[in-house]
Amino acid sequence: MAPWLASMGYDQWILHLLLILPLLGVIPVVLGSAAAARRTALVVTLAELLLSLGLWWAVDTRPGTLQLTASIPWIPAWGISYAVGIDGISLMMVLLTTLLMPLCVLGSWNSITSRERGYYALLLTLLTGVIGVFIATDLFLFYVFWEVMLIPMYFIIGIWGGKNRLYASIKFFVFTMAGSLLMLVAILVFAWTVAGGTGTLSFAYQHLLDNAAVAGRSAPWLFGAFALAFAVKVPVFPFHTWLPDAHVEAPTAGSVLLAGVLLKMGTYGFLRFAVPFFPGVAMSAWVTNLILVLALIGIVYGALVAMVQPDIKKLVAYSSVSHLGFVMLGIWAATVQSLTGAMMVMIGHGFSTGALFFLVGMLYERRHTREISAYGGIARVVPVFSLLFTVVALSSIGLPGLNGFVGEFLVLLGSFKTHPLAAGIAATGVIFAAAYLLWALQRIIFNRLDQRENESLTDLSVRELAVLLPLVAGILWMGLYPAPVLRRIEPAMMRFVQTVRGPIGYMNVALRAPERER
Amino acid sequence: MTFPLLAVVAAAAPEAPTGVVQWIWLAVALPLAGFLVNGALALRRPQAKTAVSVIGVGVLLGAFVVAAAAFAELRAHPPEAPLIVQLWRWMPVGFLDIRFAFQVDQLSAVMLLVVTGVGSLIHLFSVGYMHADEGYARFFSYLNLFVAFMLVLVLGASLPVLFVGWEGVGLCSYLLIGFWYAVEANSDAGKKAFLVNRIGDFGVLIAMFMLWWSVRSLDFVTIAERAPLRLAAGGTLVTTITLFLFLGCAGKSAQIPLYVWLPDAMAGPTPVSALIHAATMVTAGVYLVARTNFLFSLAPLSSAVVAGVGAVTALFAASIGLRQYDIKKVLAYSTVSQLGYMFLGVGTGAYVAGIFHLVTHAFFKALLFLGAGSVIHAMHHAYHATHSQQDAQDMRNMGGLRRHMPWTFALMLLATFAIAGVPPLSGFFSKDEILSAAFGRGQTQPIWILFWGMGLLAAAMTAFYMMRLIAMTFLGQNRTGEVERQHLHEAPWVMTGPLLVLGVLSLAGGLLNLPALVGGGAALERWLEPVVAVASRQMPLVMPEGPLEWALVSGAVIVALAGLLVGWRLTLARPIPTAEDAPEEVGFGRVLNRKYYVDELYDALIVRPLVGISRWILWKGIDQGVIDGIGANGSAGFLRGLGWLGSRLQSGQLGFYVVVFVLGAVWILRAVAR
Repeated sequence: MAPWLASMGYDQWILHLLLILPLLGVIPVVLGSAAAARRTALVVTLAELLLSLGLWWAVDTRPGTLQLTASIPWIPAWGISYAVGIDGISLMMVLLTTLLMPLCVLGSWNSITSRERGYYALLLTLLTGVIGVFIATDLFLFYVFWEVMLIPMYFIIGIWGGKNRLYASIKFFVFTMAGSLLMLVAILVFAWTVAGGTGTLSFAYQHLLDNAAVAGRSAPWLFGAFALAFAVKVPVFPFHTWLPDAHVEAPTAGSVLLAGVLLKMGTYGFLRFAVPFFPGVAMSAWVTNLILVLALIGIVYGALVAMVQPDIKKLVAYSSVSHLGFVMLGIWAATVQSLTGAMMVMIGHGFSTGALFFLVGMLYERRHTREISAYGGIARVVPVFSLLFTVVALSSIGLPGLNGFVGEFLVLLGSFKTHPLAAGIAATGVIFAAAYLLWALQRIIFNRLDQRENESLTDLSVRELAVLLPLVAGILWMGLYPAPVLRRIEPAMMRFVQTVRGPIGYMNVALRAPERER
Repeated sequence: MTFPLLAVVAAAAPEAPTGVVQWIWLAVALPLAGFLVNGALALRRPQAKTAVSVIGVGVLLGAFVVAAAAFAELRAHPPEAPLIVQLWRWMPVGFLDIRFAFQVDQLSAVMLLVVTGVGSLIHLFSVGYMHADEGYARFFSYLNLFVAFMLVLVLGASLPVLFVGWEGVGLCSYLLIGFWYAVEANSDAGKKAFLVNRIGDFGVLIAMFMLWWSVRSLDFVTIAERAPLRLAAGGTLVTTITLFLFLGCAGKSAQIPLYVWLPDAMAGPTPVSALIHAATMVTAGVYLVARTNFLFSLAPLSSAVVAGVGAVTALFAASIGLRQYDIKKVLAYSTVSQLGYMFLGVGTGAYVAGIFHLVTHAFFKALLFLGAGSVIHAMHHAYHATHSQQDAQDMRNMGGLRRHMPWTFALMLLATFAIAGVPPLSGFFSKDEILSAAFGRGQTQPIWILFWGMGLLAAAMTAFYMMRLIAMTFLGQNRTGEVERQHLHEAPWVMTGPLLVLGVLSLAGGLLNLPALVGGGAALERWLEPVVAVASRQMPLVMPEGPLEWALVSGAVIVALAGLLVGWRLTLARPIPTAEDAPEEVGFGRVLNRKYYVDELYDALIVRPLVGISRWILWKGIDQGVIDGIGANGSAGFLRGLGWLGSRLQSGQLGFYVVVFVLGAVWILRAVAR
């Protein structure tokens, strides 16, 4: 850790501050005027971002274990504590969240015109919930944060959403609630089972991980419950149908957070909990085959369905199904390259899909339609918008040199060792991705400018550029020089491979070249 | 599956190169900077055409100087191994350690010179050709970006870095084909090019994965070292790897079955067709096979496939070229056909001959395209002056242009003789070397005699359709129109100047690799010797010598001359009707004119079914019908019904149900778990 950070005791307070700051921010947002709400929220989220940046240097990701850990008994009688910690995986997810959040506030600047205080208060609550999910190291606490995140999103869709918002928000709620209740059950039963074996009732992550073998014959059921909860969130085919509806109806910031962060809570759950707890079940032949088949369906089917969507937002939503399929493939291939790649897809998707949703939102604010057929030829009137749209789409297509490629390449390369056929089928996803995005690009910004309403479109404002440029910069940086990010993820993934494959399997797929300097 | 820990043998770290070579990244950085500046100008000051021209052409000349300096240094101090310029660590994960690094050796030096040299000329030509276009700055920014990516492609020291350039040039090709995007056909063509190339890129990806897990490296130098040890010669693994690589090459270099995008790509401005779709990008596939010659020479079957596909494509595309009327379409099919020759060369193991033809083709085909550009420029100008809606690219509307554009005529005629293989022009030497090598291999493997025969037949067709192009465009009576004829004129010097330089190169390009037969020293052969050393040991060539060689050469020359003569006489035998008055094509001519209906076939068999299935079965059927209809909403309806029942019995509080649900589920799970 950098000395200047250490001298502030940064590692002692940062995680707790990241959790509490947004909640504290809710107070001035609610008490202040409606007009001031967005400014307060921006200040709070920017402060959160600045504070979180120190983690980049403060977290020692090399051991691959949880760092900056802290644990305070919360309900000692039930073995529940307030426990947090962070490793390379959580580090990236936290930073992705804190980066997207101020952009979301800026992106909502003019589009949210009613009940601003409630909106920004919910956004800040959501921030706490998401950060909590990624750093909680007590399963009960994790569940609490999971719910804390769920409810604001439900309201954001249900109140500030589009015409069909009620249907979408209830569908979102039912799907994810069913999943999360199942997860609560699994957490409770798992903790009790472990308590039965060890004599200690505790929801602490490490305790459960160390003694997960106690679960014995109930492991398949517990894994199933966890897996179902996370699979709905990812979403894995066939649990994905809530996603297009939720995205289409959600306000822009809702879509950005949904795609950018919330979906990754599902894959994060697999990486952190479901698979390491029950590697015997997760990596058993038939579960592996099932997941791989579903992941491949997600990749190909998501892309094909995206191709024929008449609504831009739905197109982007289905593309998420496709991208997240790569993540699932990467996790189950379980080589250090495929896992690191999966993480890169998660981050990269946050940037590119986040930016895509912002761009679609900016179009919507101008024309109040998301129908692809309502556009065409607008590159002529909004060149800057079109340029950024193209760059972001290319990143999503996986053009080498932009961030999407790094993740997909590593996932596919890593998977090819253990599942060559699956990797081969998944690689066709790169063809379909180009098909749906280039076709959409053509129908939106190219072709003839044949609708009068589009002739008077205004190009991006400074505020909109401020929203997009950080994302585009990240897209370029992580495409050209991802090494610093990869370096921070890799050790945690090595540990994951060790956990799920045992020492021998670990040697086979993850060994590090000894001569390589760090 | 396990692998031995021995896989961790460290590759001998090459020492960093000194001198000019360490600055080779400048050759990429300059066009890249040009892209950024011209791109900014395109957004902010699209009218600053002088600045755009100076920057756009200047960065190319700068890159050419860097390339020439590197070439000179390589000549002065020939390195034993390729010089590797390390830039930064790109993707280090586990064993995988992909660095962003450039490789300078004899092969990349040749490609550098071609790309920056021909590129500079075409940039210069574009100053005149595009001058009236409102997207002038945008055009030059794309063109600069293309050159930057093309140089990454030829300089990449590993497959992934090459792949950055490989897909990058694909992107620029997409943007430039659809440059005039307001016309839907143009943006369709750009999209088609990108998508078809992506099918090929899929092959390159798979090849990379297979290579990595079998050889444990993606660096060309390391693969070359390890491949003979790790990959059994003629084995399934190396054959599969090379076939997947070749799929990529077939996409990028427009070979059967992925050639369909290139003729459509003519929708782009003509300088683009010259630079990207004739001289440089489309030859990348040939370059890749030559670059990985140490793999292809281990896989005789793959090499035969490469040669076979090349020969068939050469013949197939040439036959389509016989019956096209759009001047650029003729040249496009000609390019597909000539690329087929190059693959016939590298597939035969005549890597140097393949590269030689790549270089000479870059000269004469760039000249032909730019000449066609000059013609179109004049035709367009003439029709524009009279507001005529006639097709400025249809050769049936031309004729007799030699009187109006003597320079263009003379130079295009020269290029026509070069591509037809008339001695002593450049194309004669390079094409002859390929055909001789194929014939030579035919001595031991008879199938190559067939390939050679196809090549010879394609050569006859080439001579025919090229002379037909010259005759229809420049000879005979003019058919442009009485008024329009007054406006036909030679292009400005900024356009004919580059043509002249390319003319000299087409004329004298043969000097690069003059065979011993005519007392030459085979300079290119010796220059590239280190690059193909391994391959020429593994897959030695037997070149015909003595009387047989003389017989082959004479045969080829006779075929070329006959083709030219027949093309000339037959085209002018009858008066040519203008495009408007032309009768419908009939019989086999129609099949050729409609390009064997391959596009229609792909559309009916692949594109339409895929979109239809996606829309009606996957989306409306499975997603909305099955999952949502029966699954989600159905169960919601079921729950609603249950809730109604519950509300009759209970309070109907949601919280109550949640509690019941949780407790019930806990109970069930515990019961099962026990």
